[in-house]
Parts: sequence; structure tokens; C-alpha cells
Amino acid sequence: MDSSDPAPSGEPDDRPTVPGQRSDQGAYLRVTDLRVRFDTEDGVVRAVDGVSFAVERGRTLGIVGESGSGKSVTSLAILGLHDAKRTTITGEISVGGRQVVGLGDEEVRRLRGRDMAMIFQDPLSALHPYYTVGRQIAEAYRVHHPEVSRREARQRAVDMLDRVGIPQPVRRFDQYPHEFSGGMRQRAMIAMALVNDPALLIADEPTTALDVTVQAQILDLLADLQAEFHSAIILITHDLGVVGQVADEVLVMYGGRAVERGSVEQVLRSPQHPYTWGLLSSVPSLHGDADADLLPIRGNPPSLINLPSGCAFHPRCRYAERPGGRARTEVPELRPAGAAGEAGTNGHLVACHLTAEERTTLYAEDIASVGVAR
Amino acid sequence: MSDQPLLRVRGLTKHFPVRQGLRATGLVQAVDGLDFDVRPGETLGLVGESGCGKTTTGRMLVRLLEPTAGSIEFAGRDITHAGRRELRPLRQDLQIIFQDPYASLNPRHTVGRIVAMPLQVNGIKPPGGIKARVQELLELVGLNPEHYNRYPHEFSGGQRQRIGIARALALRPKLIVADEPVSALDVSIQAQVVNLLRDLQRDLGLAFVFIAHDLAVVRHFCQRVAVMYLGRIVEIGDRADIYERPQHPYTRALLSAIPDVTRLGPGGRIRLTGDVPTPLDPPSGCRFRTRCWKAQDICATQEPALVPRDGGNQATACHFPEAVGASPEAEGAPGGDAAGAIVEEVSP
Ligand SMILES: Nc1ncnc2c1ncn2[C@@H]1O[C@H](COP(=O)(O)OP(=O)(O)OP(=O)(O)O)[C@@H](O)[C@H]1O
Ligand SMILES: Nc1ncnc2c1ncn2[C@@H]1O[C@H](COP(=O)(O)OP(=O)(O)O)[C@@H](O)[C@H]1O
Ligand code: SF4
Ligand code: SF4
Ligand SMILES: [Mg+2]
Ligand SMILES: [Mg+2]
Repeated sequence: MDSSDPAPSGEPDDRPTVPGQRSDQGAYLRVTDLRVRFDTEDGVVRAVDGVSFAVERGRTLGIVGESGSGKSVTSLAILGLHDAKRTTITGEISVGGRQVVGLGDEEVRRLRGRDMAMIFQDPLSALHPYYTVGRQIAEAYRVHHPEVSRREARQRAVDMLDRVGIPQPVRRFDQYPHEFSGGMRQRAMIAMALVNDPALLIADEPTTALDVTVQAQILDLLADLQAEFHSAIILITHDLGVVGQVADEVLVMYGGRAVERGSVEQVLRSPQHPYTWGLLSSVPSLHGDADADLLPIRGNPPSLINLPSGCAFHPRCRYAERPGGRARTEVPELRPAGAAGEAGTNGHLVACHLTAEERTTLYAEDIASVGVAR
Repeated sequence: MSDQPLLRVRGLTKHFPVRQGLRATGLVQAVDGLDFDVRPGETLGLVGESGCGKTTTGRMLVRLLEPTAGSIEFAGRDITHAGRRELRPLRQDLQIIFQDPYASLNPRHTVGRIVAMPLQVNGIKPPGGIKARVQELLELVGLNPEHYNRYPHEFSGGQRQRIGIARALALRPKLIVADEPVSALDVSIQAQVVNLLRDLQRDLGLAFVFIAHDLAVVRHFCQRVAVMYLGRIVEIGDRADIYERPQHPYTRALLSAIPDVTRLGPGGRIRLTGDVPTPLDPPSGCRFRTRCWKAQDICATQEPALVPRDGGNQATACHFPEAVGASPEAEGAPGGDAAGAIVEEVSP
């Protein structure tokens, strides 16, 4: 299935372009070697440390990782929402061909809302409590469409409320956020994010606070809207089930770095990084042996002020001793996952010192045997 | 496992008055007539959407909330309205673990003091001394006993939840009510804590009422499961009944909404639309009828009783329960809109 093979970006571009295969030439968003640092009293937080990826229109990238792995910091950097005084950002972020890093506040603001928009875990943080929901959506529209009248903006907001499945949109227009249920607030925020037809939508844990039944509604809605507006979507979540349901490509982050990247089939069906294995074997499932123990990752996520040397995952990795001590001294690069010259792992990248053969064997023996990737 | 229940709950009800100024303007029917038993060493999962009454139930069980009606029997004694003094001898046997590992530990107390507190409050002097017992408990839950003098903020979320578990175990309880003990944790850490609770349950023969909204976690921990909707139990049964042979439409919808990492893509699902109605004014008859695709006239007029099916352990409160053997995915829930029915089947 070559349609699910994302071409990596930020890699040495020495692979010949296969005709008919996707390349990131057409990517709407391209992030290259992104680094985000915060200077704090306790020291320098390297929240994102050399991350690259690309997303095309009509495609969804899922970013997964434990809390504190740098997912939200990555998305805020794309949206230009970090406080420039306390934050150092390097690398490239190209949105529809324009560079975001280093762009002035005013210009980023123009991109934001019109070309890219964000939905958050907590809709109350995005909706102002003192203004009606409808008015906020209409305002978001007028900011980028100064030529339209109030009446037109109002109509547009009502249409959006209707489009995201809020019943009685005309009446709901005049209500305040606290009069909406959790699921409806999330819909209202989606309506506000999409009111200007942005080509890029970043959803940061959009369903984490919701019940599964409402989560299912919101994920369906996002998929419908994507089909309609052909937007590029980044979906940040810690729920691998959600990723499996909606993502085309997956990026796994650990300690501010990308440790694995590939199509959703590659990453969830033949995961290559011991950290990804740990995430997958931790997930309780509705199928398989309910009496079997889960296989957690031992220990805790690292501090980004004082990241472990070499492979940042080594203190928690069951195989840290294998690659001959290098795990402690050498940061593994993100490289093609297959053995040299092997076909079928196109675009699948992993940052681990284990050889492809070792990974295949260990995964089959230790992880697949306890019933993970069925 | 004895057949004599450790916990026997009948008609348990909690209505919260809603006031505007001094006037009572309504009643939140948070929990409304629950019946269930928990036998010694048994784990019962209590699941359902936000606001369905899980926490309220848990807090009534450990007497943190006064029931409006119904009865709670623990180890053969009626504790429904037991006061502090009457409860004291039972306190040891009945403990609670809270959802939020941050808010439930006093930040100014050392871990040693937090875990020792139940022993001190109940005037218990363990043979080897309090400190030795506390260190033993810390070790039991996988914490370093030398961290006795540390403060909660020096621990991660998963470790704090272990502290809460050690505290709950201090008095060697027979029953623990655990209210979403792993919901706030990352999946990797959640798995550590679930495994720990399973080991403790097995080794110490503890009974649990395990409250959760994540049905997959419950499947890995509980032998029996009760599904709640708007303050009522709509289905209760053994694990295999609930997960493999759900008979209540709501149980089926809930199971089908869970994104499963073992299945890629949107898949065939039952989609419930709309929200849970307000517990201030629940629908007449079957409370689920406003979202149920099988609702008929009788569902609006007659409340379905929670009745056992096929003489087994499984009971379902529905006028039109699923046929046994129908798998949740196989049988469609067509999107008929007849009685305001609001379900759509998304085909793969
Ligand atoms: N003190 C109170 N006064 C009024 N209403 C209350 C009170 N406590 C709870 N409720 C209401 O009772 C219902 C049940 O609440 P409860 O906290 O038991 O739900 P829950 O099932 O634990 O939900 P969650 O999954 O969100 O924790 C809700 O509608 C809630 O708003
Ligand atoms: N403004 C900030 N100042 C200092 N540290 C920050 C700031 N924002 C985030 N961090 C730190 O960066 C790391 C990554 O955070 P984040 O991207 O929010 O993680 P997540 O993957 O959970 O979304 C965390 O250690 C967090 O504490
Ligand atoms: S490089 Fe070594 S320590 Fe890091 S994930 Fe691979 S095997 Fe584990
Ligand atoms: S009683 Fe009627 S409305 Fe209620 S769940 Fe059964 S079929 Fe649906
Ligand atoms: Mg985050
Ligand atoms: Mg609760």
C-alpha cells in the first residue's frame, strides 16, 4: 500500500523518488529539525530536540507519547504561540510554503485562524466565558474576513454550529459556554477552529476529557470535516486506540525526540522501537486474554532538564545492555527501520541501536507472544 | 469464596436537592435504587459515562455520603446510617482509594506519616512498631521503604497513587472502594498500577468495588461488572457476560465506542448521538430510551426491571434485550429515526 508510505522529511534526500509515490513535496506542513528550549530557574528544558515530520492535506498525523514528551510544545511552536522572551526555537516550520519560525507576531497571527487552527483538550480555555458561543465564532470569522457584514458573519457561525452537529444552532448561537455540555463545547470549539476553512488543524488531546461515546462522535466529526475541507490534521493523543482509528501516519515521541515514525499500519502492526512496544503492551484490550498481566514500561518518563545520556529511553529499556554499551553514550539516529536494502519498510523510521534482525526477534519473542499486536 | 456477600446493597439512592436561594427547586437523582452484592475476595467493576453516579455510589458505600434511601450491609451488619462510633470497628475493613493522586495526599506530610495515619487514628500498634509496618507497606506497593521521609511532591503520579494504595492497605481491609484509581495516569504507568492492584487482590484476597469509565481497564481487573446509566444499573454480570454477551443496548453501544488498538480504522460501530439527559429530570420509563435505537412505546411508560436472564448471573434492565449469542458487531443497529431513535451504524 504505497498510499500509506509517507516520505520522510528532514532525512538526507538520497533515495530516488519513485514515480507515483508520495513525497513531502506536496506536504502542507513541513517541520524540519525543530528544537524548542525554555530557560527556567531549574535549568534549560529541551522540550523538543530535533523533530522532523510532514503532513499533506487530507491526511492525519497522530503524535503519541507519555505526558511531558513534548507533544504540546511541538504544536504550540507550529502555531507560533510560544512566548518569544522565554523560548528559543530553531529549525524550520513551513506552513503552506511560508516559514513560521522567526516570523513576526502580526504575520503569525494572520496565518493562525485562517491557514491553521487548533483545538484543545479543554474547550473552556479556548472559549471566553463572558461572550456567547455564537458571537465568538462570528468574531473569529470577521477577524480574517473584515469585508463581511455582521449579519453574514452570524449566518456563517450558525452554519458552522449546524455543521458540527449542534442541534438548534440558531438558539444555541446566543448561549454561553457554560450552558453547553462537554461534548457540545468541544463541537463549538471545532466550529470556531474551522470557521475560516484552515488547511491545517492541530487537535491536542481533543477527546481526552470526554466519555467514549462522545469521543466517538467527535472523531467521526473530525473525519467528516477532513473529507469535506481536505485539511491536514495533527492529532495529539496518548491513546493508541484513537491513533489506530483515525491516523494515517504516526510519530512516537520520547523525551522531546522522535523515536519512531511511519504509517499507522507500520507503527501499530510492526512497531520497531522498544518504547513503542512498551506503550502497546501497556494498553488493556477488549480482546485477548483478560487474565494476562499487562506489560508496563518500568520507571517513569525522564526530566527534560536532565535527559539520560545516549538513548534517552535506556534507563527504562529492557534491551539497553544489548547494543554493547552504546545506549548510554550515543544518541541513536532516526533511520529506516528495515535491514539494509530490505523492501517493505518504506518510510518507516526508528531511533534505536538494535539491528533490524534483533528487533524482529525480540518483538516476536517478548512482545507479540504476550498477545499485543494481534 | 463464600456465598455470603461481604457487601449487600439494596435500593441504594441519593438525591441531591438543588436550591435557588433558600428554595429547593429540584432534585438531582444521582443514584436511584441500586441493588448489588460483592462477595469476599470479589472484584466488582462499576462503569458508565460521566455523571451516571459512580462516585456518589462509592462515597455512600464508605459512608462519606448519607444515602437518601436504601440499605448497605457490610459483613452482615447494617451500616446504612452508621455513625462514626458504630463504624469504627468496621472502618478497618472498608477503605477507599481516590482518583486524584495529587489532591488526596496532604502535601505537608511525609509519606511515612500519610501511610501511618490510619494506624494511629485507629489506635493500632503493629507488633514490630508503626515504622516497620509502614515500610513493609511501602515495599508491598513497590515503593522504596527508604523514601519514608519524603513528601508527596517528590513522587511521580504513579508513585503517588501507590502511596494512596499503601494507605488504604494499612488496616488490612476486606473491601476497597477504588474510584478511578488509574484514570489520571499515563497508559504505561496505569499498567503498572493495574498489575499491582491485581497482585494485591490475589495475594491478600481483597474485595474491590472498582469504579472506572474505561471498560478495557475494568476487563483486566474485575470478575463482575455493573453498567450504570443515569443513576441506575442497566446491566450486571460476570466479565464474560458483559464483554462477550452484552444484552443491554447501552452496554453494547459503550463497548462498541471504545477505540481498540488491535483494530485499525473506523470499523463498524454503534454511534450514540446526543448527550446523557440531565439527572434533574430523567426520561420516564427506561432512562436510556432517548438514545436507544430499539425504543418502543412501552419504553416510555414502563420502567424495565433489572431481571436475571436465563437463570444465570447476568441481569439486564431492558424490555427488548439482545438475543443471547448476538455479537455486538454482527447485529446491526440500523439508523431508524422513528421514535427519535438516534443511532447510526458506520460501516467499515
Ligand atoms: N453534591 C452534589 N450536589 C448536587 N449534585 C451532585 C452532587 N454530587 C454529584 N452530583 C450530581 O450527581 C450526578 C452523579 O455524580 P457522580 O459524581 O456520582 O458521577 P460519576 O459517575 O462519578 O461521574 P464521573 O465519571 O464524571 O466521575 C451528577 O449529575 C452530578 O452532577
Ligand atoms: N513554557 C514552558 N516553560 C518551561 N517548560 C515547559 C513549558 N512548556 C512546557 N514545558 C515543559 O516541556 C516538556 C514537554 O511539555 P509538553 O509538550 O506540554 O508535553 P506533552 O507531551 O505532555 O504535551 C515538559 O517537561 C514541560 O514541563
Ligand atoms: S537504543 Fe538501546 S536503550 Fe535505546 S531503545 Fe534501543 S535498545 Fe533500548
Ligand atoms: S427498555 Fe427500551 S429504551 Fe430501554 S434499553 Fe431497552 S429497548 Fe432501549
Ligand atoms: Mg500536552
Ligand atoms: Mg466520578
